[in-house]
Amino acid sequence: MASARRRKPKILEHEYVPEHRVLSIEEARDLLKRLGVSPLQLPKISVNDPVAKALGAKPGDIIEIVRKSPTGGKVVYYRFVAAYGKS
Amino acid sequence: MPLPSRIPFYKETDVIDKIVFGVLSPDEIRKISRVTVVRGELYEADGTPVSGGLRDPNFGAIEPGERCPVCGNTRETCPGHFGRIELAKPVFIPHYTDYLYKLLQATCRVCGRITLPSEKIEKYRMIYRRLRARWPQLAKVFSERVIAEAAQATKCPHCGAQQYKINYVKPFHFYEHRGSEGPVRLSPEEVQDRVSRTQSEIEILGFHPERARPEHMIASVLIVPPVSVRPSITLETGLRSEDDLTHALAEIVRQNEKLRNIMMTNAPQTMIEDNWYVLQELVAGYIDNELPGARRLTHRRKRTLKTLAQRLKGKEGRLRGNLSGKRVNFSARTVISPDPNISINEVGVPLEVAMTLTVPMKVTPYNIEEARRYVLNGPYKWPGAVYVYKADEGRKYSLKYANREELAKKLKPGDIVERHLINGDIVLFNRQPSLHRMSIMGHIVRVMPGKTFRLNLLVCPPYNADFDGDEMNLHVPQLEEAMAEARELMLVEKHILTPRYGGPIIGGRQDYISGGYILTVKTSFFTREEVSQLLAAAGYEGELPEPAILKPGPYWTGKQIASLFFPDDLLFKGKSKTNAGDLSCPDEFCFHDSYIVIRHGRLLEGVLDKKAIGAEEPNNVLHMIALEYGNEAARRLLDSLYKSFIRVLELRGLTMSVHDIDLPEEARRRVEELIKEYKKRVYELYREYREGRLETIPGRTPEESLEIKIMDTLDELRKEVQTLAANYLDPFNDVFIMARTGARGSEVNISQMAAMLGQQSVRGKRIARGFRNRPLAHFKPSDVEPEAWGFIKGSFRDGLSPTEVFFHAAAGREGLVDTAVKTSQSGYMQRRLINALQDLYVYYDGTVRDSWGNIIQFKYGEDGVDPMRTYHGKAVDVDRLIEKARAMRARGGVKVA
Repeated sequence: MASARRRKPKILEHEYVPEHRVLSIEEARDLLKRLGVSPLQLPKISVNDPVAKALGAKPGDIIEIVRKSPTGGKVVYYRFVAAYGKS
Repeated sequence: MPLPSRIPFYKETDVIDKIVFGVLSPDEIRKISRVTVVRGELYEADGTPVSGGLRDPNFGAIEPGERCPVCGNTRETCPGHFGRIELAKPVFIPHYTDYLYKLLQATCRVCGRITLPSEKIEKYRMIYRRLRARWPQLAKVFSERVIAEAAQATKCPHCGAQQYKINYVKPFHFYEHRGSEGPVRLSPEEVQDRVSRTQSEIEILGFHPERARPEHMIASVLIVPPVSVRPSITLETGLRSEDDLTHALAEIVRQNEKLRNIMMTNAPQTMIEDNWYVLQELVAGYIDNELPGARRLTHRRKRTLKTLAQRLKGKEGRLRGNLSGKRVNFSARTVISPDPNISINEVGVPLEVAMTLTVPMKVTPYNIEEARRYVLNGPYKWPGAVYVYKADEGRKYSLKYANREELAKKLKPGDIVERHLINGDIVLFNRQPSLHRMSIMGHIVRVMPGKTFRLNLLVCPPYNADFDGDEMNLHVPQLEEAMAEARELMLVEKHILTPRYGGPIIGGRQDYISGGYILTVKTSFFTREEVSQLLAAAGYEGELPEPAILKPGPYWTGKQIASLFFPDDLLFKGKSKTNAGDLSCPDEFCFHDSYIVIRHGRLLEGVLDKKAIGAEEPNNVLHMIALEYGNEAARRLLDSLYKSFIRVLELRGLTMSVHDIDLPEEARRRVEELIKEYKKRVYELYREYREGRLETIPGRTPEESLEIKIMDTLDELRKEVQTLAANYLDPFNDVFIMARTGARGSEVNISQMAAMLGQQSVRGKRIARGFRNRPLAHFKPSDVEPEAWGFIKGSFRDGLSPTEVFFHAAAGREGLVDTAVKTSQSGYMQRRLINALQDLYVYYDGTVRDSWGNIIQFKYGEDGVDPMRTYHGKAVDVDRLIEKARAMRARGGVKVA
C-alpha cells in the first residue's frame, strides 16, 4: 500500500483545479484591511477539502483562488480555512 | 383591594432592547394567569359566562361597554388576560418530544448526569461554548455528536447505574428496553421526573439550562389564551358560534376533570391510563392538529379543528398571510384592455376608479384655488374630493355629508384635501405573477370612460399581459416621497431595458412587427396623403422630407418616414429577421433588403422587423437608442414611430384567408410522393429489424433503435414537406410575411396548415398507449403503418380524419399538462430563491454581501458590470465603436489616425 500513497493524483496540477495559494500573514492582513472585514466574513473552505490538504493549509489561513470566469476573465477569490467538514 | 380604574400595560418610554425565548414553567404560567379553568361549559342557562369556564370575564373585556375585572380597561384597551388548566396528570407537548428523546438517550436514568466521564464533559463544554460563539451551526452538529457518543454508554460513569436503550415511537411513546423485562413504556410523569434531574451541563446538548428546562417541555399546567385570541361570533339567529381553539380547550377541560375524578375514586390503573392518553391526544391536537400518527380533533365528527399550529402554518397562516403579506388600501383591480393611442408611460383609469381612489393634497397658497374647486365638486363629480382634513380643527370632514361651500370657503393653507385621482398622477401598476421588477411599474394616470384599465400594447411584454380577460392591480402612492420615487425609479420608460440580460424588454409584438415590415419594405411607396396620415398618427410636427420619387408623381418610401424619428447621428447595422434561408446575406451588400443599415439617423437599407423593433430582442435599434440616447429618447420613439407601424396596416390591410395556404396541384402531388417514399423507408427499417440487420444505436435496445430511427425518418419527412410548402407559397402573402418577419407563426405552422401535420408525440415518443399493441382499435395490433402510431398526413386546410384528431388531441393535451406543472414548480423554485437571495446587496466597494456583511462575491457578477447598461452582457462593443468612429470620420467630425 505504500506505493498507493505515491500514486495519489497531484490535484493541484489538474487542469480543472484553479490556482490555489495560501496567503502570507502580511498579505492576509492587507486583504482584510482592504475589504474591511473580519476573516469570518469571508467565504470558507474546509481544512479537510482536498485542495486545502494538498496545500497544507491550517485553520485560520486564507487561501487565494484565481479562477477563470465566463464574465470576468481571471477572477480572484479568497476563502478562509475553517475547521469543519468530514476528514 | 380596590382595583385602580386603569392599569397601563406599558410605559411609552420603554424600549425593547432584546427578546428572550424560552419555555414557560408551571410557576410562570400560574403567575401570568388570572383564571383557573375547571368547567367545560361556556355559558350558564341565562347566557352569562360560567365562572371558571373558558369565557370567564377574567379573560378580558370583549363586549362593547364591558369593563375588564382584571385591568379595568374597556374592550378597546384591554389586552386580554391568560388563564390556565391544571392538568390532572402531565402530558407531552408535541414538537418537544424530539428534544426529550435526545436528553433521555444522553443522560443517566438515575442521576440525570450526561453519561460521559466528568473530564470529557468539561472538555466538551469548553468546545461547545467556543463553537457557539463563532459557528452556531457547527455547535448544533457538535451537540448531535455528543448525544450519539453518550447514548452508547451502558453504565453511568457517575453513579454506576445500568443504562438501557430507549426507543421513541411517534408521536408520544417512549420505550425503555430493560433487558429481560422487554420494552417498558415511560409515562410523561416518569420522563418528567428523569429530565428534571439533569444539570446545567445539558447546555452541551443544546439546551439552555435555565430558560429551556426540559421538565417544562412536558405540560403539567396548560396556558389558556385570552378570549380576544379566540373570539366567538354571534350568528343572525342569535346562536353563538365559538372559535375552534375554544372547542379544543373545552374538550381538554372536560377530559381533565374526568381524569381527575377517576383518579380520586381509585379506579383500575388501566382506566386511568386510557383517560390519561385521551387527555394527551387532546392537548397535542390543541397545539398541532396535523401531527403524523395522532388523532385529529374534529367538530362534530366532521370538520377538523384549526388549532394553534394551523393558525401559523402555510400560505394563509399568520406568518405568510398576515406578516409577510398584507392587504392594502388605495388600490384597484379590474380587467385590462388595449389602447394603442396612449403613451407607454400612461395607464387609462376608469372614471369610477378615479373617483374612488384618492390622493392627499396639502393645501398651499399656490394651489388653494384648485383645492377649493375639488372641494366644491365633492365626491360624486370628477375631479372632486372625498375628505377634507382641517389642520386648525384637527378633524376630518367627509364631503359626502358636509356643507361643501362652507368648507371650501374656510379652506386654509396647511389643510389636507383627499382629492380624486386626476390626469398626471403617478400610480403603480402590477400584474401577477410578479416575477421580476418590471411586473410593477409606475404609470401616469389618464382618466377615461369605461370600466377597464387601458394600457399601451408595447408594455405587454414586461407584464406578460394579454387581453383575454387578464386583470391588473393599481396602487396609489400617498406620500410625496413615494410619488417622487415612483416617478424617478419606477416609471415605465426607466424599464425599457431589463437588468436580466442587457436588452430591451419593451417593444413591438405581432402587428407592430408586420407593420414595421410593410412600412419599410422596398415595394412600399406612399402618396402625400398617406405620408400625412402616417406622420399624423405618430404625432410628427416637422417638415416633410423630399419625396424619393418625383415622376409619375411625388412618392415617399417607408424608409424615409421611419428615418424622421431616429436621432440625427444614430448608427445601426445588423441582420433583420428576414435574413434567413434564400434571403440571407452576411453584410450590407444585400439584394434582399434583409440587412439593416442606419447611418446618420437614416434608414438606408433593410426592413424593420422583429430583430429591429421587437420586444426582448437584444442589440436591436431600440436597444441602441435606449443605451446611447437615453430612456426618454427610446420612449419618444415608442410613442411616435411605433404608432405609424400600426397605422400603415390600416392603410394597406393585413389579413389571411385559406387561399394564403393553398398549395398548387403539383405541390400536393409531390407531398404525396414524399410521404410514400418515406413510408417505404419506414417499412424497410421494420424489415431490417425483423431480419436482425438493423444497426443498434449504442446504449439502446434493438427495439429502441428501431423506434428512434422511425421517428428520425418521419421527422425528416416533415422537414422536407416544410421546405417544399415554403417554396411553393408566395413569400409575399400575408401569412408568410407574418412568419418571415417574426410577427406571428413560423414555417412549421404554415406547412402544418398547408401540407401536413406530421408525427404527433407524447413524452417525446410516438403515441403508443391505449390498447394492447395499438393505440386505437382502428388499427391492427403492432401495425407497421406510421398512421397507426400518431403520424398525421392531413393538413389543417384539408382537415383531419377522426383518428388523426385523436392523436392531435393527445399531443395537445400533453402541452396543457406541461404548462400547468411547469408554472407551479417554477413558481415554488422562484419563491425559494427569492427568500434565499432577497437581502443580498452590492456594497459601495463592489462586493456582494449579506445583511451580516459576509462576503458572497468579491465583485458583483465577477466583473462588476450592471447588465442593464451593457450591450447584451458586453460592457463594451468594440465593433460598434469602430463603426461609430468610421461614421464620424466620414462626416469629418473626428479625425481618426
